[in-house]
Amino acid sequence: MAALARLALGEEEVEPMARELSAVLDHVARISELDLENVPPTSHVVEVTGALRADEPTPCLPREVVLSQAPLANDEGFLVPSPQA
Amino acid sequence: MSDHKPGGVADAGGDGELEAVIGLEIHVQLATRTKMFCGCELSFGEPPNTRTCPVCLGLPGSLPVANARAVHLGLMIGLALGSELAPRSIFHRKNYFYPDLPKGYQITQYDEPLCRGGELGDVRIHRVHLEEDAAKLIHAGASGRIHGSDTSFVDFNRGGTPLAEIVTEPDLRAPEQASEWLKLLRTTLRQLGVSDVNMEEGSLRCDANISLRPRGSETLGVKTELKNMNSFRFIERGIRAEIARQEEILAGGGQVVQETLHFDPASGSITSLRSKEEAHDYRYFPEPDLVPVAIDDGMLAAARADMSELPADRAERLQRELGLSVDSAQVLAFRTELGDYFEAAVAARAEPAPPAQGLANWIAGDLVGRLPEGQDPSDSRVEPRALAALVGLVAERRVSVGAARQVLDRLIEGGGSEPLAIIEAEGLGAMDGGSELAEIVAAAVAANTDAAERVREGNAKAIGPIVGQVMRETKGRADGTEVARLIHEQLGA
Amino acid sequence: MSTTDILDLSAAAAAAAIGGGSLSATELFEAYRDRAASDRAAGDAGLNCFTWVAADAPSEPVDAPLAGVPVAVKDLFCTEGVPSQAGSRILEGYLPPYTATAVSRLRAGGAPLLAKTNQDEFAMGSSNENSAFGPVRNPWDRERVPGGSSGGSAAAVAAGLAPWALGTDTGGSVRQPAALCGIVGLKPTYGAVSRYGMIAFASSLDQAGPLTRDVTDAALMLRHMVGRDPCDATSLAFPGEIELPTAERLDGIRLGVPQELTGEGIERGVLDAFAAAIEQAKELGAEVSDVHLPHAPHALSAYYVLAPAECSSNLARYDGVRYGMRATDAHDLLDMYMRTRHDGFGAEVKRRIMLGTYALSSGYYEAYYGRAQRVRTRISEDFRTAFEQIDFVVTPTAPSVAFRLGEKTADPLAMYLNDYCTVPMSLAGIPAISIPCGHSEGLPVGLQIAGPAFSENRLLDAARALERSIAFDARPARV
Ligand SMILES: [Mg+2]
Ligand SMILES: [Zn+2]
Repeated sequence: MAALARLALGEEEVEPMARELSAVLDHVARISELDLENVPPTSHVVEVTGALRADEPTPCLPREVVLSQAPLANDEGFLVPSPQA
Repeated sequence: MSDHKPGGVADAGGDGELEAVIGLEIHVQLATRTKMFCGCELSFGEPPNTRTCPVCLGLPGSLPVANARAVHLGLMIGLALGSELAPRSIFHRKNYFYPDLPKGYQITQYDEPLCRGGELGDVRIHRVHLEEDAAKLIHAGASGRIHGSDTSFVDFNRGGTPLAEIVTEPDLRAPEQASEWLKLLRTTLRQLGVSDVNMEEGSLRCDANISLRPRGSETLGVKTELKNMNSFRFIERGIRAEIARQEEILAGGGQVVQETLHFDPASGSITSLRSKEEAHDYRYFPEPDLVPVAIDDGMLAAARADMSELPADRAERLQRELGLSVDSAQVLAFRTELGDYFEAAVAARAEPAPPAQGLANWIAGDLVGRLPEGQDPSDSRVEPRALAALVGLVAERRVSVGAARQVLDRLIEGGGSEPLAIIEAEGLGAMDGGSELAEIVAAAVAANTDAAERVREGNAKAIGPIVGQVMRETKGRADGTEVARLIHEQLGA
Repeated sequence: MSTTDILDLSAAAAAAAIGGGSLSATELFEAYRDRAASDRAAGDAGLNCFTWVAADAPSEPVDAPLAGVPVAVKDLFCTEGVPSQAGSRILEGYLPPYTATAVSRLRAGGAPLLAKTNQDEFAMGSSNENSAFGPVRNPWDRERVPGGSSGGSAAAVAAGLAPWALGTDTGGSVRQPAALCGIVGLKPTYGAVSRYGMIAFASSLDQAGPLTRDVTDAALMLRHMVGRDPCDATSLAFPGEIELPTAERLDGIRLGVPQELTGEGIERGVLDAFAAAIEQAKELGAEVSDVHLPHAPHALSAYYVLAPAECSSNLARYDGVRYGMRATDAHDLLDMYMRTRHDGFGAEVKRRIMLGTYALSSGYYEAYYGRAQRVRTRISEDFRTAFEQIDFVVTPTAPSVAFRLGEKTADPLAMYLNDYCTVPMSLAGIPAISIPCGHSEGLPVGLQIAGPAFSENRLLDAARALERSIAFDARPARV
C-alpha cells in the first residue's frame, strides 16, 4: 500500500501506522452493517451537469514563472531522475 | 481497399490450428483549439513548457473544466460509429505516478463513457471515451533512449491534449486486416474533421490486444497488449511478430503471460514494458472536480449538423442513387479522393453524359493505373469534366476503348484538355461500320489464313490475331464489337 | 479612534466607519497588521496564528463595499506571489502564480489580504496540531487547542488579531474551530463558493467559509464570495443575493433536534449549554421537536473513507517534480517519490493517504468507497426527509470544549470523533453555521444550525436572532 501511494515509511512509523489504520478501519467497517441494497452511490452531492468550457484560448503562464518553483530545472523544463535509469 | 475486406476473416498466418484474436485501442487527438480541461492552446512544436497554466501543470488548487468542443467531437465520432450515446457520462481518475502525469492521475472516462457499442465495417466498437493526454518525457543521456540515461526532461505542452479513445471488440483476425481496418477508421475520422489523424505526429496512436486460440474455439486466450505503434506498417509487422512469438511459446508447451509489450520496428523485436512485480492498481474513482456530462438534444443536433457523409453511407448512396456495383461503390467511398473525383465528374454535366458505372471503372482502373503511385487524381491534369466527356464518347461508340486510352494518355501528359479536340486532331475517332473498315477486315482475314480457318470451324477464340491486325491498321479507332461482327460475317461463321 | 476602539469594531462596523469617514482604512490595516506581525514574531510564545503577514497597507483607494477591511486567509488558499503552504513541509516556501477565486473576489469587494493563517497540514486535523509550522494555541487557554483545521483563522479572529478570516470546511474545519474559539463559522452549501485556488483536501466536500465575530460579518463575507466560477465546474450560481440578517425573533421557525447527534459521546457541559440555547430559541418563538437522522451515526465512518480516498489522489501531485520540496539524495525516480513524500508529509497526512489508497484499491473499493458513497446517499435522504417537517436541524457543533494540546494526538480515532456532529452536513453538502451559545468549564460552546441547500439567507437570519438573544461576550478571549 505504501508503495502504491509512493510513500516511504520509516521503520519506526510502520507499527503505529498499522495499529492506527486497523483501528480506523474497524470503526469505518461499521458501514458494512447497513443494508444498502439498491441505494445509488453519491459521487456529486449537488447535481450539476454540463458546466463545460468554450473552446477559447486563455493566456498561458510565462515559462520562467512555470519553472521558478521547480526543485530542479534547466532553462526550458523540469528535470527528473529517468524513469528506467 | 485491398482484397482484405474489413472484418473478413483471414488466415492467421499460423499452422492452421490457431487463430489470432485482435482488438485495437486507438487514441485520437481531437482537433480542438485548446486542451481538454484548460484554456491553453494546443501545442504544435512551440518551445517546451510555453503552453501551460495552473491546470495542466497540476498546480495546487487548480481545477479542470471540460472542453465543450471535445465533447462535441466525441459525439460526432459516436454518431459516425453508430454508438449509443450516453445521456449522462462521467469522468474518473486513473491514479498512478509518472513524471509526465502532473496530478498523479489521468482524468479519463471509465465505466460511464460517452459512447458505447457501434461498428465500422465488420468490426464492432466496444466504446469511445474522452480523456487527457500525458505530457512529453524526453529521456536525455547519450543514447537519447530510455535505457542508459539518468536524467529526463519534462515538457508539459502536450499534457492535457484532448483524446478520444476508441476501443474495438476483438473482431480482427489478421495483421493485414488490422491495418486495413485502421485505414478505414482513419479515413472516417478525417472525413468527420474531428482529428488530423496523423500517425507520424502522434495524433492517431494505436495499441493492439492480441491472443491466440484454437480455431473454432469461442473462449479467448491470454492476451498481451502491444503499445503505441505509430505507422500502419509497424502495426502490421508488430502484430505479426507478436502472433509469431505467442505461437512459439504455445508450440513449446509454454503459456502466454498477460503483459504490456513494445515492438521495436528497427530490430523487429518485442520487449516487455513493465516488470511484473509492479502490478498496476489504478484505483479508479469518479472525478469529484468535474460534474457529469449531460448530452441534450441541442448538443446532439449540433453534432449531427457537423457530420459530413461517412464512407459507409457514401458507398450505400452511390449504389442506391447511381446504380454502382458494390465493389465500385466501396472503392470510391473508402478512398475519399477517388469518390470526390468521381462525384465531381458526375456533377460536371459533360457532353455526352457518361454512364456512372463506366465512369467509376475508368477512374478506379485506367486513370488511377496511369497516375504515379499515390497521386490524387484531382492533382492530375485530367479535369473531371474531360474524363466524363471521354467516357461519354466511349459509351456512344464515338471512340473505341483503345483510342480512348490514347486520349487519356494525352490528357495526362497535358497535350490538351478536350477529348473531342484530341480525337479530331489525332484522327482517333471511331470508324463507322462502312466500307473502309470492311476492306481492312477483309485484308486481315486474308493475311491470317490459319486463324480464319479455325474461326470458320467454330473456334471463336482464334479470332484474336485477325482483330489484332485490324486494330493495328486502324490505330485502335475501330470498335472491337463491330470488327468481330464483320470478321464473322465475312467468314460466314 | 483609539486602537482599542478600532479592535472592538466588527468587520461590518469597521467598513461602515471607513465609509463614513470616521476611520481610515490604512489605520485599520496597520492596527491589525501590527498585532498579527507581533504574534508571528513571538512564535510559540504567541498563538502562532500566522504563516505570513503583509508588510504594507494596500495603496489603492478603497471605495468598494468592504472598504479596505483586511482579511486573514487560511494558508491553503493560493495567493499570487505570497507563500501558500497548506501547513505542509512539502510546500514550504511555495509561491503560486495565481490567486484563489474566493480571495480575489474578497479583494475585489474591498478586503485586502492581511495575513495567511496556520492550519492543520492540508486541512487534515481537528486540533491544528498537524501543522509543519507548529501548533496554534487557543486564545481562551494557551494550553488548549483552537480546533482545526482552520485553527489559525479561528484563533486570530477570537484573539482580535484579524477582523475576520477565511477558512475551509471539509468535515467541520470551519465550524469546529469557531466553536472552540467562541466565534461564528459558516460552511456554505457545497458549490456556493468557488474552490478554484483552494489547495484540495477532499474535493467533493471542501468548501470555503467565513470565520467572524458575529453572524452579520459572516453574511457580509459570504455575500462577496458566492457565485458561479467558470474555473470551478462544481460551483453554482447562488439563487439571489446574500442578505445581511435582520431577524430578531424565531416565530414560526421549526427547529429539529436529532437524537442521534445529541446523545452519547457529547460532554455534559456542552449538552447543558446546548439545552439552554434551545430554551432561548423557544422563547424567541421557535417550535422545537425531535427529528431523526437514522444514518447520521454512520456519517463519520463514511467520511473517513471518502475524504482519505479523495485526499490520497489529490495529494499525488506532490511528487517533487514541479514545485515544493524534493528529497535531495534520491538515487532513482521511485526513490525520489518515496523519500520526497516521506520527508514532506506529516504523520496524519500519511495516515490518511494510506487509508485512502487502501479504500480505493482493487478488491476493497466496493466494500469501502462504494459503500461509503451509498451511505452518503442515505444521509442526504435523511436530511431531505427531516426538512419536510422542520426548517433547521440544531446540534452542538463539537462534542467537547477545547481540549488540551497533545491530549488526543496519540489516538487518531478519538481525534476523528470531534467531527461527529459536523460531518453529516458535509456529506449532504448542506449549509451549517456554528455560533457561540455559552460556556462550559469557562470555555466556549458552539451551537450548530443546518438548513437545506441554498437556505443561507434564512439560516443567517435564524442564527442572528439567536445570537442577539444569547449575547455571548467574546471579549474575554482578547489577548
Ligand atoms: Mg487511454
Ligand atoms: Zn493549461
